[in-house]
Amino acid sequence: MSYGAWIMLTGSLVGVSCGIIGCFLILRKMAMLADAISHTVLLGIVLAYLVSHSLEGIYMLIGAGIIGLLTAFLVQVLHSSGVQSDAAIGVVFTSLFAFGVILLSAFAGKVHLDVNHALMGEITFIPWNTLTIGGVDLGPSAVWMLGIVLIINLILIFLFYKEIKISSFDPAMATAIGIPVMFIHYLLMSMVSITTVASFDSVGAILVVAMLIVPGATAYLLTDKLLVMLLISAVIGVLSAIGGYYAALVWNISISGSMASIAGLIFATAFILSPRHGLLSKLLARKSIISERT
Amino acid sequence: MKMNPIQVSNLTVAYDRKPVLQEVTFQMPEGKLIGVVGPNGAGKSTLIKAILGLIPTASGSVEIYGKAYRTQRKLVGYVPQRGSVDWDFPTNALDVVLMGRYGHIGWFRRPGKKDTAIAMQALDKVGMKEYAGRQISQLSGGQQQRVFLARALAQDATVYFMDEPFVGVDAATEKAIISLLNELKAQGKTVLVVHHDLQTVKEYFDWTLLLNKRKIALGPTEEVFTVDHLQKTYGGRLAFLDTQVSPSYVVQP
Repeated sequence: MSYGAWIMLTGSLVGVSCGIIGCFLILRKMAMLADAISHTVLLGIVLAYLVSHSLEGIYMLIGAGIIGLLTAFLVQVLHSSGVQSDAAIGVVFTSLFAFGVILLSAFAGKVHLDVNHALMGEITFIPWNTLTIGGVDLGPSAVWMLGIVLIINLILIFLFYKEIKISSFDPAMATAIGIPVMFIHYLLMSMVSITTVASFDSVGAILVVAMLIVPGATAYLLTDKLLVMLLISAVIGVLSAIGGYYAALVWNISISGSMASIAGLIFATAFILSPRHGLLSKLLARKSIISERT
Repeated sequence: MKMNPIQVSNLTVAYDRKPVLQEVTFQMPEGKLIGVVGPNGAGKSTLIKAILGLIPTASGSVEIYGKAYRTQRKLVGYVPQRGSVDWDFPTNALDVVLMGRYGHIGWFRRPGKKDTAIAMQALDKVGMKEYAGRQISQLSGGQQQRVFLARALAQDATVYFMDEPFVGVDAATEKAIISLLNELKAQGKTVLVVHHDLQTVKEYFDWTLLLNKRKIALGPTEEVFTVDHLQKTYGGRLAFLDTQVSPSYVVQP
């Protein structure tokens, strides 16, 4: 496969993984928690490196998973003991992220990671960092990691679909009929964590939030069915990745930045033109009500 | 000995050290419509949530037909307050009613044809069959309430807990709810309803539980729903407009 094709494939996998998981974050009004987790996984990555002395994907996933869960857990603890939930997120997120930055700067010489890279990602280098097993080049390791994470996410969502759905819509009812709402919450947060860390290398901590939230927010405007929302969100993720790559080629700009920008543009279009929730249709509906009255 | 459908012993619930319910003890008889009545902040919704294990209790125990609620979930149906969920959630009426089946379906399985049939039947019973495919945000308040009732029906329970089902609904929905309650009663089911409209208590409920943080009185409505008891429940906030056989009361803020 060509260099460009690998980058588009990587971006698309990020788009699909983040787009699907992002829908649940939006429906559960947890966009800020995802933002927090996308940053605190940095600590997980650094700790995983310090413990395992390698940058292998599996250690990164485990480290990020643990720290992601810790983030969700600490936010929950602070919130249930009376701290406002946005303040709780702010405190936990900055503390853990700062600790990660400190560790990173202390061991900067040894870790092939720097803060800039962690925040912005570097999708340009993805195709050269390949996975080789037994002397056979299997393609970029990021593609493998993203692919595995996507499959894990899809399996978990498939298995727990109705539990995730009811605990997102009506947690009280879900608890009453015996669905472990907290388990589902932490399951989703684990999925956010591993998705973030897998996407980290390609788009970085800040833009991964764009890929998590924007496609889902757009899909929310375009449909009234949960399953369709997941599909649309995934498609928007892919469109952003491919569109972003070509835009970056044409104008010679940052690939990850232009992917997130395309996602933003798609959102803006939907926001104005969506048949049911869009600005334009609301404006027209209002006009027709007024003209009916006169 | 016949088991009580609901047995609450010495139940105390506190939010941040402030007691919301104190040492509440009661037994509910089977096959009755029971109204839970009391002023705002009396702990009416809290009582239901504590019984269903939705909030932690400081002390006390709850038994449904003689066993812990945990083991009796399938016997219990629940109608939360309508305002407790986001009606912009991307789903339709039938889908919400199907959620009533989730407790029966179990892990890793999807609702099947039988569940869909039960859900459609429940929608039909509340007069919402034509709205099965309607996006829930497009329904009126009364219709949303009826969808919630249909969901509880789909739970196919023996004991029902309903949290303020009459709030903000139109007259047609109120009528539909009442005839549904009577139908459940005719089937020998026990229904506990949190209610705030004193004028309709006598008309709607066989039994009444008067609650203001503590249990004030419980029994057949005609025995319990007296001026004395109401004064005790509402403190000085109750003005009596009429002292005839069916008096109407006004709660002053």
